[in-house]
This record gives sequence, structure tokens and C-alpha cells, in this order.
Amino acid sequence: MQEILTGLIRKYKESEGNLITLLQDTQESFGYVPREAVFWYASELDVPASRFFGIATFYAQFHLKPRGKNIITACCGTACHVRGAERLVNAIKRELKLETDQDTTEDRLFTVEKLACLGTCSMAPVVVVNGKMVGKTTPDALTREIRSLKKELKKDDA
Amino acid sequence: MGPGGIASGGGEVLSAFEKHLGQAKISAEIKDRCSTHKVGCLGLCSKDVLVDVFINDKKTTYQYVKADMVERIVDEHIINGKPVSDWLADEEYDNFYKKQIKVVLSDCGVVDPESLESYISIGGYKATEKALKTMSPADITDVMTRSGLRGRGGAGFPTGVKWETCRKVPSSQKYIICNADEGDPGAFMDRAVLEGNPHAVVEGMIIGAFAIGADKGYVYVRAEYPLAVERLSQAIKESKEKGFLGKNIMGTGFNFDIKLKLGAGAFVCGEETALIASIEGQRGMPRPKPPFPVFSGLWGKPTVINNVETLANIAYILNKGAEWYASYGTEKSKGTKVFALTGKVKNTGLIEVPMGITLREIIYDIGGGIEGGKALKAVQTGGPSGGCIPASMLDINVDYESLAKVGSIVGSGGMIVLDEDNCMVNIAKYFLAFTQLESCGKCVPCRIGTKRLLEILERITKGQGREGDIELLEGLSKDIKSASLCGLGQTAPNPVLSTINYFRDEYEAHIRDKKCPAKVCKDLLVYSILEKTCTGCGACKRACPSAAITGEKKKPHEINQELCVKCGGCFDVCKFKSVARE
Repeated sequence: MQEILTGLIRKYKESEGNLITLLQDTQESFGYVPREAVFWYASELDVPASRFFGIATFYAQFHLKPRGKNIITACCGTACHVRGAERLVNAIKRELKLETDQDTTEDRLFTVEKLACLGTCSMAPVVVVNGKMVGKTTPDALTREIRSLKKELKKDDA
Repeated sequence: MGPGGIASGGGEVLSAFEKHLGQAKISAEIKDRCSTHKVGCLGLCSKDVLVDVFINDKKTTYQYVKADMVERIVDEHIINGKPVSDWLADEEYDNFYKKQIKVVLSDCGVVDPESLESYISIGGYKATEKALKTMSPADITDVMTRSGLRGRGGAGFPTGVKWETCRKVPSSQKYIICNADEGDPGAFMDRAVLEGNPHAVVEGMIIGAFAIGADKGYVYVRAEYPLAVERLSQAIKESKEKGFLGKNIMGTGFNFDIKLKLGAGAFVCGEETALIASIEGQRGMPRPKPPFPVFSGLWGKPTVINNVETLANIAYILNKGAEWYASYGTEKSKGTKVFALTGKVKNTGLIEVPMGITLREIIYDIGGGIEGGKALKAVQTGGPSGGCIPASMLDINVDYESLAKVGSIVGSGGMIVLDEDNCMVNIAKYFLAFTQLESCGKCVPCRIGTKRLLEILERITKGQGREGDIELLEGLSKDIKSASLCGLGQTAPNPVLSTINYFRDEYEAHIRDKKCPAKVCKDLLVYSILEKTCTGCGACKRACPSAAITGEKKKPHEINQELCVKCGGCFDVCKFKSVARE
């Protein structure tokens, strides 16, 4: 970890010294923004850690907790909303046995997130499953998709 | 090859064409004329994947193309010259384009967005050359002012005036920023332009920078648009290599460079002062204006911020003249505007129409009417800052002034069609939930006001509405509008006010009768099983998360209303439509 962080800080100093870019790069390397990284940056750069956390909590892009192996992002833009995005989210959470305020499963295999708009409104409702866009989908089709993902995970284990 | 096309299998279709054209071993002369290339969004996304075949300049369009259809198209059409009539785009496709006038989108779908050569071949960078070599900065701002172009990001401020003001501010360092933080849910024209014709935006920025005297530019683009980021970076890189960007552009001594900044997901960063803070690496919070960014913007220097669509217009206006552009549109709203037509309309996609066209023409002539023969209820324009226009006002002209008069806005150009199945209270709640979440928290009216608005709307949709709630919403909305710091708060109550204004009866039904007329609001619904058609298959029983459904196999089941959590799971799984929702 130390090595990666040192590299990122070097890049940060060479460019304009933008904390947002530094955090974006950090997240790209680790999948989230680890607490230890922030405190290390804070002492190295002599910038209060609160400024990092201020930024990380302000922008929706940053995650302070590790996320699941499979990431399902439901678009909740207006077009998707009027075509039933909420029912999709409910169906996914039901299938993964997630509470309303919970977004990652206990075993960290699945993370369910909402996003304001992907800009592919003509395919509404849209869900992104591990980076692949699935348009005009239904609760039923998604449940099947999740089940097949679960099967694959089991295969990988075996 | 916009995201819609790619997700519908555009990549597979393209490689299938390459494969079959190669395999066919077409004689050399034909092969020379055959080339496949990808283009940006063609507009009519609901019929993806669309393929245009050009033979001797005659264009034929296929719709819903899948990779396995390619072989036959190559065989029958390209080799034997007979189009495959079964798969041709139908009448709807022609109607979709008939009433549109394309300026910004005119080359999207024609030019290869990943090739500078392709852009130059259609007259790209001619406007830049004309501006830099034959015009003075004042000439350029004058053309813009006369063209009547207004900011396409939402506020509609005259572009020429903005540039002229900034040009006159004395400063050794100025900036131009392209606002590509398209955050309105339901709007995707900026993404389409960046992906379909990125060089047009780059060109707009070069000309703008020359006009105001800036030597540095930034594009602030959403990280959620990976393809746009990729194509824009490629466009900037190629322009640099060819000397359209960098030092001494075209030998005129003018220096200009563009940097890309990725947004990190905050709607408020579309507000210009918040956007500036974000580029500077801070939390994206707006500050009071004045001073306006044209006097004190990025790092305290004079800065012009233009939206993607605005910038994409610039080169066309310089090439064809201010009078040409001003010949479209109405007296105060000139030119064309791109709208993202989505929701419950048949032909969804991007459309570009002259300002002043009626809403009816957009929805029925271009959009092909409402999906599934349902009744149109309202059209939501302008995203979270806009309002709903009821079906009774369909003949309204779509321009800045007319929409403002009925309590909505043109905004960035989202246009969402709502039908009888949409609950207007729910729509208002949806937008408030969005603005409340995206409120940066700096000023009290927006931070606390939107929260309270949302709470009232939530209790109404839960069946706990009280007499007087509507008046409370109206009063609070007015206060938030007048006291908020930036555009986000000042416009956040618009969806509430316009739905109350035109659909007061729906609010009353929720509050007094505890009913949701459109059957959307979860807590006001009652699910029951229709004894007559229930086959007792047990699918609903298995789907029920709260064990509220009981019944023996092959006999009608029953829902225990006290245990029911109204998740709708049974409704979704029942194959016999035996679950009723009231």
C-alpha cells in the first residue's frame, strides 16, 4: 500500500495539487478510499484530514468503505423512475436479502447502489451489472441475473 | 454507437460487418468503396441498433439490427444491390426526423468521433481558421450577439453578451470552461455531443478563448460518462498533434490549451461558482454572485463558463453566419435546441427542433404519441428545476419565455412524458428527494427547506397527509425560492408548485381519501388475490418476504393484509394476473 500511496503523492505534487484528483486516483487503486490512506496523506502533505473527508463525503463518487465483489448500480434518473426503477431496486434487495438502508451484503459479494442518471434514458429502466448495461429490464429478469451470478461465484469457490 | 447502441449490441454488429465484408472477398473495386465506421448517437435510441448503408451516396437505414442479421445485409444489399426490405427502418423513423432541424447534432452520426481527419473532411476547424485569421475578438462576440444564441445549459443567458463582458475585463490571465457536468436526470444531449462530435466542442472552446483572450481552458466532465471522457481526450490529443491546440495555433501567435477535469458526482457542480470550486479541488459549494465569474472566476481570474451544447453551436454559427442562425426560432429565443425526449413516448431519443415548436408537434409528430395507447397526463421539462405541463396545454410553444410563463423551464432540455400511470405527487417527491440529497448544505433555506418539503411530501404519499399540507407546501416553496443562495435552491420547489398548480386534485385524493389515483404510492395500495383466476401455483407465496400469503396448492391463495408489506413481489411474479392492486 505504502508504495502505491507514495506514487500517487508524487503525481499529485507534479500536477496542480488537486485533492479531488488525488482521492480519485486513490479510489481507482483500492476500490475505495481507505482511512489509513487519508491520514497518511494528511501527515505527508500537512493538509488537515478533515479537508480530505470533507471532499470525500461531499462527492457521491467516493466510497469510504470497501464494496462488494459484484456491483449492481440501478439508475434512478427520471426516465427510469417513471418506468419503475424503484421496483427494480426492491426486487434486487429482496433477492440479496438486504435491509432498506444496507447496500453491501454481509459476505461482501454484492453491492447495490443507486445513481442519479446514466444518460441512457431511452433504454429505461437501466441497471448496470458489473459494468455491463442492462436496459429495459424487469424485476424478474434481474432476479434471474443475480441468481446466475451467485451460481458463478459458487463455481469459482469450488 | 452511443451508449444505447453499444448496450443493444452495437459493437457485435460492427465486428460482424467487418468480418462478413472481409469474408465476402468482394472484388477490389467494390472493396475500395466499402468501409465501416462507427458514429455517435443517431438520435432515435429506441430502435437501436441503427445501421446506415451508403451506396453511391444513396442512404438506406436498417433498424433493430443484430449481429446475426449482418450476413444477409452484406449478401443481398451490398453485394447484390437489393436492400433487405424486411428490416428497413419504417415510416416512424422518417417521421422522427421530418420536423427536426439539426445544427448541433447535424454531424453527430455522420462524422467518426474518434478521427480528426473525419472531422476535417466535413469542414472541421474552418471556423477556427476564419476566426483566428480574419476576425477580431470583438467581431466574434458581435456575431454571437447577433445570432441570438443563449446559454443552452439552462439559464439562457445570451452567449455574445457574456463573451463581450469578459473580453472587456482587463486581465493577463483568463479562462474558459466547458461545463459538461450534465447532472439533470433525464437529459443526455451533452453526452451525445461529446461522444458524437467532440471536435465541435473543442473548436467552440478555441474560438471562445480567442474572443475573450483566454489561453487556458478546462472541460469539467462527469466521470459517469466514460465514453465521452475517452473520446474527448482523444479529440484533444489529436488536435494538439495537428497544432489546433497548443502554442502559436495556425501560425497566428495565439496560444490555447485544454485540460480535462473529471467531476466526482455532485449535481450542484453544474452551478458555475460550485464548478469553479470543484476544479480548484475543493468541496463544490456555490458562493454568492456578484462578483460574476466573468469578473472573478477560476482562481479569482475572469472566466467564461459555457455549456457543451452552446459551444457546439459556435463553429456552425461562424461558418453560416449570425443571420442564418437567427432565422430559426422565435423573437427572443433564437436557433434550435436539443431535447432528450424520454418517458412514456413511443420514439424516445435525442431530438433537435427550432425554438417555438409546439409541445404537441414534439410528442405526437416526432415522438409518435404515447406508448401502449395510454392517455398523456403531463410533460416534465427542465429536470429538477423545471415543472410539469399538463396535457391540456399541449399547444404551448417550446421556448424560454413561454415555458417560464406556465411555471416550467427549458432548462438543459430534458423532456419526460408522463402518462395516466404516473402519480404527480410521486413525481414531485422524486425530484425533491433528488434536490434534497444534492443540496450542498451551505445555505439554510435550501438545506432545511428542501428537507421539510420532502418530509411533507413523504407523509402525503404514505397516507398521513393532513388538511393544510398543500398550503404549507406552497408557502414553504415560495420562501425557499426567494431566499436560497444559488439556482439549485431557487428552482428546487418548481416541481412541487407546478404539480400543485395543475394537479391539485391528486394531492387532495392522497390527503383526504388516502388513495393514489395512479396506483403508484406504495403505502396507499392494497394487494389482493383474485379468487377466480388464481391457479394456486404458489409463486406469490414463495416471493412474499413477510409470509403474508397462505393457501393450499392448486387452490386460490390469500393475502393477510396485516402482514403485507406492500412490496409488490406477488404482483411481479404472478403469471396469471391474479394479483390485484388497488
